Amino acid sequence: MAATATNPQGSTPIFRRKWQLPFPLNIYQSSIGRKWVMALTGIGLLGFVIVHMIGNFHIYEGPVQLHEYAETLRGLGGGLFPRTFLLWLLRIGLAGMFLLHIHSAYSLKERSRKASDKADFVSGEKKYGSKRDYVAANYASRTMRWTGPIVLLYLLFHLADLTWGWWLGDEYVLGDPYHNIVASLSSLPVAIIYVVANVALAIHIFHGTWSLFQSLGINNPKYNELRRSLAKGVAGIILVGNLSFPVLVTAGLVDDDNRKCEVGDVACLEHEAEKH
Amino acid sequence: MTQELNLTLQVWRQDGSSDPGHFETYAANGISEDMSFLEMLDIINEQLIEDEQVPIEFDHDCREGICGTCSLMINGQAHGHEKATTTCQLHMRKFKDGDTIVVEPFRARAFPVVRDLVVDRSSFDRIIEAGGYISINTGAASDANLTPVPKEAADTSFDAAACIGCGACVAACPNSAAQLFTSAKLAHLNLIPQGQSQRFERTETMVDTMETFFGSCTNHGECHEACPKEISLDFIAFMNRDYVKAKVKNRKLAGQT
Ligand code: HEM
Ligand code: SF4
Ligand code: FES
Repeated sequence: MAATATNPQGSTPIFRRKWQLPFPLNIYQSSIGRKWVMALTGIGLLGFVIVHMIGNFHIYEGPVQLHEYAETLRGLGGGLFPRTFLLWLLRIGLAGMFLLHIHSAYSLKERSRKASDKADFVSGEKKYGSKRDYVAANYASRTMRWTGPIVLLYLLFHLADLTWGWWLGDEYVLGDPYHNIVASLSSLPVAIIYVVANVALAIHIFHGTWSLFQSLGINNPKYNELRRSLAKGVAGIILVGNLSFPVLVTAGLVDDDNRKCEVGDVACLEHEAEKH
Repeated sequence: MTQELNLTLQVWRQDGSSDPGHFETYAANGISEDMSFLEMLDIINEQLIEDEQVPIEFDHDCREGICGTCSLMINGQAHGHEKATTTCQLHMRKFKDGDTIVVEPFRARAFPVVRDLVVDRSSFDRIIEAGGYISINTGAASDANLTPVPKEAADTSFDAAACIGCGACVAACPNSAAQLFTSAKLAHLNLIPQGQSQRFERTETMVDTMETFFGSCTNHGECHEACPKEISLDFIAFMNRDYVKAKVKNRKLAGQT
């Protein structure tokens, strides 16, 4: 052990836990437990992002198929549950995962900031007089605390845009998601927002997918190399898949021309979907 | 023929823990490239003493890379830019004539500066005190090799035991987290049979103590790069797994392992 001159100040804890919650809540009281929660909710969110993206690929089949997909989501669970019941359960679960993910991320960031001498606010990175020479930390790992909030802002924008139809106004047609997406993304500023946010999401996922294995202690020297490749693959697929929507709409390859059903004719969409 | 170097040093000077501290510039001329970084500082200090100035305080002890006492952030890297090297083993031939070198103390709230480049790392001692030992009664000395230890477990435990407790991992970490140090100390004992009976209790108390001082790991991996003993990040994953296991086990079996 380093036999340094002792100064009682050094042995004074910086953080004190006032009380211990009962098991299993006490796991969330520790930083390591919180990293577990962040990793587990990260996996859940990752699953959502992937399923959401694959579902949206129906847009390339046309308005009828996208409508059909949206209806399938609402009717999940078949006749077992009331309509949209399972969808609401999924939505609540998703919101819960977001809240836990954000709370654990924010509180751990605050811890690190307080534990670091001369730290600046957002990065929590302490300042040295000389320029820090990072060796291992990469762009993605150092910007988690930027890309995360960007994704959050984008999420709110995205809900207001396509779920609630706030600024499409009269253009927004409940039940014709194909038209809503095309109408929204045809505006260049909106398309740019989608591109920027999804690049941020992919960067977040690139570090996250590697990081979660460490957080959960999934580590085996035999497979450790694969974790980086997996992170690259997952982030890459999500990047290309999600960027395809704003890019192809902007390029005019996905549009409202030549539709079998008129824009907004939901009855026609329903009728066509029945034929499948 | 040994070469001589002329360098400019920017050194952190701080007159006690309450002083705000500042950088001071020194010329280091005629430095032999065979010197270690600490010997170079010795030369500067001799000059300072001759000029009746206060010498620069820095930590050192064995000067052979095994005690973990030397520290220093050299040009923004803990123990300098050489891989797997402590500051006492860092030779001046690794620098170029005319270089400017910035020398700072290791920084973290749990490592308060005592004076100049000396920081108080006793928070590490608190972590060790919390469980970095085997305290069960083992009876009289037994025959050698009575406890079978798989070669792989012994090797990995030894790799972890190589940690010299220098604190470079905390200094290099943007979060001031002490995960690498603590996980090395845990793996050292938790991988071998002798450490098993106290494994989960130890994991819980050492991690809980660590968390009263240090920040939270975000898996950057800077600690491993800075570590003079190349302690592996794999130990951090091992600790993360054992910690949650410990919380679950202690609950289920009320202290049994
Ligand atoms: C669908 C969206 C998201 C996905 C798929 C996702 C995924 C992940 C994953 C897998 C991790 C790694 C967990 C670990 O290190 O164990 C992570 C870390 C992180 N996430 Fe997210 N995340 C998302 C949204 C967000 C949002 C909205 C925020 C903040 C407002 C956020 C903030 C963070 C931060 C700050 C970290 C790193 C913190 C640390 O390592 O201590 N994330 N994310
Ligand atoms: S893990 Fe490496 S850097 Fe950290 S205290 Fe041990 S020897 Fe020093
Ligand atoms: S002085 Fe002992 S390791 Fe450097």
